[in-house]
Amino acid sequence: MEFNQIKHISLQEWDNLNSKDTIWIRVGYGASGQAAGAQEIFDLLKELSSDMDNINITLVGSMGLSYAEPLIDIKNNSGVRIFYNNVTPKITKEIFNYLIEKDAPLSEYVFGQVVPKGEKPIDGFIELDKSEPLKFTKQIATKNFGSISPTNINHYIANGGYEGLSAALNELDPEKTLNRVKNSGLRGRGGAAFSTGIKWSFLAGINSNIKYILCNCEEGDPGAFNDKGILENDPHMLLEGLILAGYATGASNGHIFIRDGHEIPIENSRKAIEQAYEHNLLGENILGTGFSYDVEVSLTGDSYVAGEETALMEAIEGKRSMPRFKPPFPAAFGLWGKPSNINNVKTLSYVPYIIKEGSEEYKKIGSESSSGTAIVCLSGHIKRPGMYEIEMGMTIKDLLQNIGGGSSTKNEIKLLQTGGPLGGVLGNEDFDVKIDFDEMSKVGAILGSGGIIVADSTTDVVDLIRTLVAFNQFESCGKCFPCRLGNTHMLDILNRICNSKPKDGDMDVIKKIGNSMKTGSLCGHGQLGYSPIASAIKYFKDEFDVALSANHPVDSNIDEMILPTRTRP
Amino acid sequence: MGNRKKPTDKDIRDAIENQPKISKTTVLSSLLAVSNKFHYIPKNAVEIVAKYTGKTINDVWGVASFYTNFRFTPPGEVTLDICWGPTCHILGSQKILKDVHGLLGIDQEGETKDGKITLRYSTCLGACSQGPVFAIDHKLFGKASLSKIKEKISGI
Repeated sequence: MEFNQIKHISLQEWDNLNSKDTIWIRVGYGASGQAAGAQEIFDLLKELSSDMDNINITLVGSMGLSYAEPLIDIKNNSGVRIFYNNVTPKITKEIFNYLIEKDAPLSEYVFGQVVPKGEKPIDGFIELDKSEPLKFTKQIATKNFGSISPTNINHYIANGGYEGLSAALNELDPEKTLNRVKNSGLRGRGGAAFSTGIKWSFLAGINSNIKYILCNCEEGDPGAFNDKGILENDPHMLLEGLILAGYATGASNGHIFIRDGHEIPIENSRKAIEQAYEHNLLGENILGTGFSYDVEVSLTGDSYVAGEETALMEAIEGKRSMPRFKPPFPAAFGLWGKPSNINNVKTLSYVPYIIKEGSEEYKKIGSESSSGTAIVCLSGHIKRPGMYEIEMGMTIKDLLQNIGGGSSTKNEIKLLQTGGPLGGVLGNEDFDVKIDFDEMSKVGAILGSGGIIVADSTTDVVDLIRTLVAFNQFESCGKCFPCRLGNTHMLDILNRICNSKPKDGDMDVIKKIGNSMKTGSLCGHGQLGYSPIASAIKYFKDEFDVALSANHPVDSNIDEMILPTRTRP
Repeated sequence: MGNRKKPTDKDIRDAIENQPKISKTTVLSSLLAVSNKFHYIPKNAVEIVAKYTGKTINDVWGVASFYTNFRFTPPGEVTLDICWGPTCHILGSQKILKDVHGLLGIDQEGETKDGKITLRYSTCLGACSQGPVFAIDHKLFGKASLSKIKEKISGI
């Protein structure tokens, strides 16, 4: 089938759903929606509408507004989407019955509205996309969030999906496709922020029948849920980027790498791949252009280090996910010994936009050195926790205030924990810093994968750092002894300090251990183990001093820290 | 948690052979298939996986003992995961863990005396924006509190 025909069918389905005589109810799901109880709301709506023909109920991904979940929206004959936040089964029933009786929104529960082009807003309701926090966002990779079914390829295609792929295959050769990505200034969103185009060119320059593009959705960083968020919302966005990466680099196979147990992203990815094969967007001779490419889902067990690029390949090969010695680098010797390239989910999800709209359009967004957007995850002591796509260059202060709505407690925000457990803390004296790879690194902060954990002034910094070290200790793969033993030793000392039993020179010992870990470990897990401690001392030396004078504030809840006992033998 | 009967060799081979299709079946993919089906790795599975993948028993034990989701004894009827990651920590998960210990009458991860509930500490369940988070048989719940956990496991 020609792409135009596929598009035609998709648009028909989409227009039917949006026609005036159809009621379309969307329930925001994903991990966050599930945790808020969205499944029960969906089941209830299904039950209530079971004998009604003109009502469609769809599970969509989460819009990112976690604080408003369970979040549902109803489009009736007005064409406008009316949103209801924090619904309970009881409220859902009321809203539904009112809709059936009066064919109108139940004002007292309305959260806001989203008005499609050409429709008129309804008086009295705020327009969500024109109010806080969404008016401060910029949606590129997340543009379909909350509006399409993640398990229906037609929804994606009806909203412009696979147009970039079709255009690239028909109008651009691989080199031009790669150059478009290179010129866009796209930098990897997994943490290292390396130029994606240059990374791809390493792989493109190697001749081999088999080459792999590995998409990393391991996402073990606590506080980050945007990779899984993309797969929960819009797996085809990632898949299109993954196919384009294959085309640009001459790769033969793609893998989506996810931790077992995250059922929604796994199921969505599998379904998306299956649908892409059915539509000849994967497999032999894609869309009749001669390009062939296969994609599959690879699962790993619980291991944080599996997110490291060479450990990831070990896991796909079915082994213990321990990092390999480099060189050889993955572009030369990767998965199964074949040339490979590893990209983060977010990175690949920008590619369809870049190919479709061009490098210059993408470059217009964001800041000089960090083009595009950042998809950030807010959690902790923040009024509006959730997942937001913002333009690079926004200050942390604006992010916390305009998007996050400020502290969720009566206390001010004291610090952010960013960059995952190997990242660090950012004290509030530096909240003027811009969200930008280079600006953030100037103050020693790491944007990392976009997880931002917000902590208010009651947070005990020494205890928070102990938790990060405990995480790193628990997750060390054990291959390099400086990391395996170093983290254990650091945790012992921090436990002692937290229990008000410090010894002279404790911090010097920790620093020494950190140095050994930095020089003696193969991967970032050991190399960066001291970073969270260093950053915490930079901002909160006084709190460490108090703790080191055997005066750690006593809190009966935390002094005996409860930690897992499992270790890796 | 479903099948309480000790899985036979055939049960295990079926689980391995019916694992989701991938281009190269591995030790890890086979162990995941066994673990997803029976919720633990029975002793006889190690040998079967080794044979099936052409690896040694040592290789298989190496992998099975590395990934922290694998266990080697049957879990309780219900598995309760409580997150202790940084977000949940800031939002009070240590207190919740302590309270849950009291509720279940245990002082670490593992099974309750009646064998009904398995408690696990999780490093991150992926719903940080709803923290503190807990899960019952992989189903996530946000805004954890002792009373909410009590309510969700009541009747077990």
